[in-house]
Amino acid sequence: MTEIRDDAYAPERETTEGTIYTVTGGDWDTLVDAEHDDRIIINMGPQHPSTHGVLRLVLELKGETVEQARSVIGYLHTGIEKNCEYRTWTQGVTFVTRMDYLAPIFNETAYCLAVEKLLGVEAPRRATVARVLLMELNRIGSHLVALATGGMELGALTGMTSGFREREDVLHLLEFLTGLRMNHAFVRPGGLAQDFPEGWLEKVTDFIALMRKRLPDYDKLLTGQPIWRQRLEKVGYLPLDGCLALGATGPILRAAGLPWDQRKVEPYCGYEEYDFEVPTASEADCYARYRLRVAEMHESLKIVEQAAARMEPGPVMVSDRKIAWPAQLSVGSDGMGNTLEHVRKIMGQSMESLIHHFKLVTEGFAVPAGQVYVPVESPRGELGYHLVSDGGTRPLRVHVRDPSFVNLQTMPAMSEGGMIADVIAAVASIDPVMGGVDR
Amino acid sequence: MAAENAGSGGAGKVGDVQSSAEKSGADVAAQRAAGAQPPAGGEVEQAAAGGTPPEGGTRQAAPASRERAGMFGVQGSGDTSGFGGLRLPGYVPAPAERPFGGWFDEFADDVTDALAERGVPHGAVAQITVDRGEITLYVQREHLLEFCRTLRDDDALRFELCSSVSGVDYGEDVAQRLHVVYHLLSMTYRRRIRLEVTLDVDDAHVPSVVEVYPTADWHERETWDMFGVVFDGHPALTRILMPDDWDGHPQRKDYPLGGIPVEYKGAEIPPPDQRRSYT
Repeated sequence: MTEIRDDAYAPERETTEGTIYTVTGGDWDTLVDAEHDDRIIINMGPQHPSTHGVLRLVLELKGETVEQARSVIGYLHTGIEKNCEYRTWTQGVTFVTRMDYLAPIFNETAYCLAVEKLLGVEAPRRATVARVLLMELNRIGSHLVALATGGMELGALTGMTSGFREREDVLHLLEFLTGLRMNHAFVRPGGLAQDFPEGWLEKVTDFIALMRKRLPDYDKLLTGQPIWRQRLEKVGYLPLDGCLALGATGPILRAAGLPWDQRKVEPYCGYEEYDFEVPTASEADCYARYRLRVAEMHESLKIVEQAAARMEPGPVMVSDRKIAWPAQLSVGSDGMGNTLEHVRKIMGQSMESLIHHFKLVTEGFAVPAGQVYVPVESPRGELGYHLVSDGGTRPLRVHVRDPSFVNLQTMPAMSEGGMIADVIAAVASIDPVMGGVDR
Repeated sequence: MAAENAGSGGAGKVGDVQSSAEKSGADVAAQRAAGAQPPAGGEVEQAAAGGTPPEGGTRQAAPASRERAGMFGVQGSGDTSGFGGLRLPGYVPAPAERPFGGWFDEFADDVTDALAERGVPHGAVAQITVDRGEITLYVQREHLLEFCRTLRDDDALRFELCSSVSGVDYGEDVAQRLHVVYHLLSMTYRRRIRLEVTLDVDDAHVPSVVEVYPTADWHERETWDMFGVVFDGHPALTRILMPDDWDGHPQRKDYPLGGIPVEYKGAEIPPPDQRRSYT
């Protein structure tokens, strides 16, 4: 390497803030040599509509062929794992739900399952069934975004408008059920923040009927369409051994022929009670991954229907008052807050209730020391939560094994040796969500 | 919660804190009841396999984590509630005793056989802990790579997938505070195990497992970035989430969270890491 510190292309000057470099570029001819003279290196991203958020791809091209591809991440790093160490176990939910922002319910549920495993408690049945219902709705929404953005990146703009139209229905339903379109913080350690509102069953039933009508449209719009197939078939190939070596899970692994789905192989939340299939393909290309996502939406719809039928009356939070927050939320004239009866009780009648409420909300509950790892099947693969407690009211460590982070490592294996246009298809088929990758 | 019970006793009852700590950690109590000794800076707990003691034989396989004192984070305030005198001992993962239960016994036998076959000393596994239905093997770092290769390739083990590699920092005044944690998955047998390597912060080196599990590449880069653990033999150990020129390793416990005080309706709210903490 030649020393290029004081050159004309990146002059430095001292300021009170430290050394400032002004990079002007145009130093290409100082870098090329005999070996590399017919190659160009381009930066795709971090702000590029085809890279799924702030993902930067560094591509070494020979003509239109990708010789080397590397991804650069970290542009959306928000330190959520570290932040969780300074909050109570309950507050952690509001942080983890913002990681993989297209699959917030999965983050919340996996985190809460891990906390519950540490505590040694189990959420009531109604809460568990409601979690399944919400997760599968969320899976449909997430896969719709994968199709929509993937379609947009490959030029199928109708795929994008249709995908986002249907996803809007999912978000409307989630907003009705949980109060928020995204970042719900609805699943809490021990159960749910509160029960579904009146009339939820009609809304869910209407949604199922609507999606039953709309989902087959994707087959008409994309599945058999010659251009769509030509862009995806035999592109982004990653066989089973490559998937295992690189740790890819979810649709990428199942497209390579292994029917590995946490819901089937290590059931959690009572998934063993539901009747659904795990779609699998063996082509291991982008087209197979696309078809699996469409098929999984149909399966998720089946699970939503079964979960709605299984919702029996009952509590949605554990009865242990040392874990469950004392008040149900309600909407008053000044916005959402504790119910009036509860406020009346703690302010007028019971000093002990006030103390208890105060301590539980400010201090939180202590979680017995130890560590657990809880994996769930998120739309993108294995979402694992490794929680470590030292017995305090805050986590010692929250580590998230995010499927987007791991799956993104397969991008070079899928893209190198192919055309630059196929890199877009490969990244779209990985479906990385940068909020989850960078955390 | 435990503090409520100890509260009325006043600061003089420090000698009784053992019991209040056990109330807060039901599993610790269970392990103590099962006869597990709380190692107090003593001998290495040997794996069920027995065999030669590991190198550096006076170390614990899994040192105690941070001790906790008082409540509300108030020191020397003349607090008479007794909470200030509370002392909670650090958590020590207790070594499991045979039978482990479930598939753990069969698995431990298979590991012993496979290690013997490949000439890895028994001391490679310093301690086995079974807690909440999950098995943790504390592995000596010298043997980690060969151990992982055995776990992946042996017919009876077949841990094909490395789910996750991450670090845990147990706190500044803890011996061997940095732990590197590996979560392995056997898809053939549908088993999950956890490997843990404990490290001194001044000698935070551990062999890279990328040549056995290529997926560990980014995980190890993240662990280096966040905890400053050097993975020897990693193909390109560079920062991954933080900028290349960043100073320090953000997820260490001595690295501040950062943040600024915020004024809200006349009151100043300190940043999260400077608010009073309760335990």
